[in-house]
Parts: sequence; structure tokens; C-alpha cells
Amino acid sequence: MTEEILKVEHLNKFYGNWQALHDINFSLKKGEVLTLLGPSGSGKSTLLRTLNGLEDYEDGKIYFHGKEINPSPKQWQALRQKIGMVFQSYDLFPNLTVMENILLAPVKVQKRNEDEVRKEAQKLLGQVELADYADAYPRELSGGQKQRIAIVRALAMHPEIMLFDEVTASLDPEMVRGVLEIIQRLSDNEHMTMIIVTHEMNFAAKIADEVLFLEDGKIVEDTPGKEFFAHPQTKRAQEFLDSMDF
Amino acid sequence: MSWTVIQQALPVFAKGFELTLWLSLIGIIGSIIVGIITSLIQYFKVPVLSQIFTAYVEVARNTPLLIQLFFLYYAFPVFGLKMSAEVCGIVGLIFLGGAYMAEGFTGGFNGVSSSQISSGKALGMNNLQLARYVVFPQGFSLSMPALTANIVFLIKETSIFSVIAIPELTNTALDLIGMYYRSNEYLFMLVVAYAIILIPVILVLNWLERRVRYASFGD
Amino acid sequence: MLHSGINVLFEGRNFARLMAGLWTSTWIAVLALIIGLAIGTIFGVLRTLKNRPVRFILRIYLEFFRIVPTVVLLYLVYYILPRSLHVNWPATWMSVLAFALWVGAEFSDIVRGAIESVPKNQRESGMALGLSRLQLFRYVLIPQAFKLELPATINLATRVIKTTSLLMIINIMEVINVGQQIIEANNQQYPTGVFWVYGFIFILYFILDYPLSAWAKRLTAKQK
Repeated sequence: MTEEILKVEHLNKFYGNWQALHDINFSLKKGEVLTLLGPSGSGKSTLLRTLNGLEDYEDGKIYFHGKEINPSPKQWQALRQKIGMVFQSYDLFPNLTVMENILLAPVKVQKRNEDEVRKEAQKLLGQVELADYADAYPRELSGGQKQRIAIVRALAMHPEIMLFDEVTASLDPEMVRGVLEIIQRLSDNEHMTMIIVTHEMNFAAKIADEVLFLEDGKIVEDTPGKEFFAHPQTKRAQEFLDSMDF
Repeated sequence: MSWTVIQQALPVFAKGFELTLWLSLIGIIGSIIVGIITSLIQYFKVPVLSQIFTAYVEVARNTPLLIQLFFLYYAFPVFGLKMSAEVCGIVGLIFLGGAYMAEGFTGGFNGVSSSQISSGKALGMNNLQLARYVVFPQGFSLSMPALTANIVFLIKETSIFSVIAIPELTNTALDLIGMYYRSNEYLFMLVVAYAIILIPVILVLNWLERRVRYASFGD
Repeated sequence: MLHSGINVLFEGRNFARLMAGLWTSTWIAVLALIIGLAIGTIFGVLRTLKNRPVRFILRIYLEFFRIVPTVVLLYLVYYILPRSLHVNWPATWMSVLAFALWVGAEFSDIVRGAIESVPKNQRESGMALGLSRLQLFRYVLIPQAFKLELPATINLATRVIKTTSLLMIINIMEVINVGQQIIEANNQQYPTGVFWVYGFIFILYFILDYPLSAWAKRLTAKQK
């Protein structure tokens, strides 16, 4: 029995009077890849941002390694060092070089030894085939390169979970594959625990151990990956898969 | 227009020119310091202090420098607080300029995109680290255009010092007009003197603005 | 002592005189704004056209007013109009002229910027409908630019109001000059009068300017 790393119970989130998330429940085991699917506006990104404390939630509980998270800014700030996140818009810091972007959090936030982190960063850059770009500025990189750097920047903090929020949505089609391969390798070789929001159905089908299908802020379906793509249980999920031309 | 009149007035003008430069320089540096302190207090929402400084910014920005100077120069001595005209001028200029600079910096901080802030938070930064590594470096470059405009504005505002008899450029010209009645020549020299100061300042600041923008954002 | 000094404001006709002075500042500001905004609109539109000489001349005009402080501007009209051009207007008219030309310069840049930031497809769809160039400006570009330039225009108005304080230097009987006279006339009886009179004028300017700049700030926040 593998360890349960993240668990969400009865999570509700409101924007004013509008309810963005309804009674969300799920759990995530170590090494598992969870994929959030659903039409745009269904609350996937909101849920992901909530799991990193970037959005408040009104009620419900989130457990990390079985311990309830107290939703205070301070606790989230400590926790984020264990939960890495990569965004659609890459958001590298434009005023820092690639290496400075990667070193910033491990050295300044986690107070680790700079030389060690630098060595490790160089190795990670090699793994994403960007070893020569350590001193480049983000403006000199293509979208796909920026996104690979953003992944390295998150990995350098040694997170236990990685959250990917539509990381290929702004990329040119030919850049997409490179980024997806890195995520795939992360699962295959490092057994990284991940939650992925994506519209790349082929990729999702290949990588997902478990799928949460969301609509209007509710979990409509929670099924193991293979089963979801072969035999979705609900009509809505079937329609969604048909519409994605998959 | 007589060139001899202009030639003879040159040494006197040079003195006024120098004083205008000094007063502007001290005023600008002081304003930037006050502006940074004020905008930091507002950014971190320091209790009580941030309300006081917000009130300060509104008062300073919505009243004329001339009346601020009169108040310092004529009304303060009523309480026994007597300052020389030059000190009044500098204090008034920094009071005014600090508020303008604070507005500029605050505008820059607010202009940093929310996705950059999310990205910093996702890396586990606390509020102080977020400010230090994300908001301030990017916010300061975003506030460069406001900084340029404020510097030019403050240099021009030193002309108002003439009303409390500080012998800067404008006051020098007026004195000369009063003595020799050659308004064309002295006003011409006055306009040229401001052009000599401001044109290079504007050109250098615009160049700097582009450099800083490129270094921070690459466009 | 200090608190009794406040009575200087209400001695004789003092209060009415201060208000009359404020009125002088206000009408000069309003008139200069109206004329200046008209000049600025015309010049701003001209600066978006392709005619190079016109654009160059208007650019020089703008840069002149950017460089010359308003104090100097007032002295320029005050000395040069009567002495060299033999125009003997009252000082109030001359100040309206100086302010209007200055507002015109600043506003022309605001108008140009706003027109240029109206989306290109708006311009093109107007032309596709067969609008003439004048109609394009009249019905499409200027109305859309107006919304964009409103906060900057209000801020310009607050600057004009503050700048009326300079009118005292060319001997116009505006609120500060009146204040000085009151202070001098009552110096014996009210030694702290200077504090109250200048303090009162300080507050008057704040009351005129604060609502405008708060409005501009709100509009700017909304446009984001």
C-alpha cells in the first residue's frame, strides 16, 4: 500500500456569490499521476491553484501527508516548497538569467548551498537539452524553451508533487512535444507525483493513472485513466471526448 | 536684442544656473528617497503609517508649490521655526516631489503582472522575498517613465523659488530686468538656460528608460 | 493667541475679498482650459496626419512648452507683448493666453497618444464604410479617443488650477495677492494672521483639486 500524499475533502470555493468549486473530494498517492479534464471554465485551473494556496477556499479540508493544512499564508508559503507549480504563461522572471531564475528559490527561500544547487541546475538543464542557455535571458528563448526552464526551476526545489497548469496551451504545436516528453520522463524515471491540467488528450491518455472529469466546478467522474478514455461512465464525459476529436 | 547685454550678463547668469542645478539635484535626490520610503510603507500597508503617508501624498499633490513655500517661509516663523529661503525651497520641493515620486513607484509596483506574483509564490517565496526579488525590480523599471517626467517637472518647479528670493535662474533674470530694463535679452537667456539644462536631461533619461526596460523585460 | 488669529479671515470684508480672488483664479483657469483644449484637439489631430512639416512644427511647439517653466512663460507674455509687440492687454488676458497655449501644447500630446491607441480595425472599418477623413475623426476616432484621454485631461485641469497660484507674480489680484494684502494690513492686530491666511488658501486649493484628482484616479483604475 503506497502512501497517500494529498487528500481533499469537501472543498468549496466562491467568488462572491458564484460558486467556483462544489464539494471536491479526491486523494493522490505517491508516484501517481492525476489528470484534470473538462471544458474550459469548468474549474480545473482554479482547483489546481487552490492546491498551491494561490486561491483561498471557503470550506473543506486539504491534507498533506495525512496532516490537515491550516490555510494561513505562512503555512502555504512553507508548503509551496514541497509542491512545485508550472504555469501556462511560463512566467520566468524577465530581469534574471536562466540560471538566476533557477537558483533564486533554492538559495534564497530554502537557503541551500549555492554551489550544490548550481551543479544540480546544470544537470537538470542538460536533461531538458538547454545546458548552453544558463546565462541567457528569458527574452532570448522560444516559448518551448522557456517552459522547459520553468519546469527545471520548479524541480530544483525538490518538490514532492508537481502541478502543471495547461503548460502547453500557449506553445507552437512543434514545441509541445518536447515539453510533454519531459513530463512523461519525469513520471517514468523519477516516479514524480503529479497533477496535470491539459487539453492534450493523447498525452493525458498515455500518462494518467487517474482522471478527474470536471464540469461547472463539480467532479462529474473520477475514474482510472485507461478506463476513462475507453469507457467513460457519464454521457457528459463521452460528449467531451467526442468533441475533443479523440 | 543686443549681444553685448547678453555677454555682460553671462557671469551673473552662470551663478543662477549653478544654483538651479544644485537645488534641482538635491531636490530630486531627496524626492526619490522620500518617494521610495513612502511607496514602501504603502506597499507593505504598515498600519497607521500608511494612512499618514497616503494623506501626505494627497495633500502634497493637490496644492501648489508656491503656497507650500509661502507657508514654510512666512507662516512657520510664527511658531519660531525660521529657515533660510534656500532651505525652505529644498524642503518644499522635496515635500512636493516625494509625493509625485511615491505615486510613480506605487504605479510601477501595481503594474507588475499578477502571473509573475503567482509564479513567485509558487516557488515558496514569502511576502518580503516576493517584494525583494519580483515586485521591486520589475516595479522600478515600470516606474521609469514616471520618474523621468517627475525629474523634468521638479527642475522646472525650481523656477518658483524666485518668489521667495532665492537667486536661481529665474530670480537672476528678474533682478537683471528690474535693474537694466532689457527684458528681451534676459528672457531669451533664461529660456536658453532652461533648454541647456533640460534637453540633455530629457535625452539621457529617455535613453536610460529604454535601457532599463530592455534589461528588465527585453522589449 | 494662535487660535484668535483665525478671526483675521472674517475681519471686515476679508473673507469676501479672498473669495473674489479665488474667483479670479478660477475663471482664468476655466477659460484657459476651454481655449487650450480646443487648440490641443486641433493640433493633436494634425499631429496624427502624415504631413511631415506640420508634424515637425507642432512637435517644436510642444517641446518649447515642455522645456520652459510656466513662471517663465508668464513673464514672457507679461514683458514681451507690451514692450516689443505693443499689445497692451490687461494682465488677466495675457495670463489666459499663456495658459491656453501651454494647455494646448500638453493636450495636443494627450490627443495624439489617444488617437493612435484607438485600435487599427476601428479606423479601417470606418474607411470601409466610405467615411471621409474628417468624418472618420469626427465620428470614430475623436469620440473613442475622448474616453481614453479623460483621466489625463482631468489631471491637466488640476495642474492648471494649481498653476493659477503663479498669477500673483504678474500682479493679478488673485487669491494669494489678496491674502498678502490682508496679512500686511492686519499685521499689528493679528501677528499670527499669516499662518491663518496662507493656511486657508492652502485648504482652498486642496478643496478645488482633490475631488478632481480622485476622480481621475478612479477612472484610471477602471480602465485597467
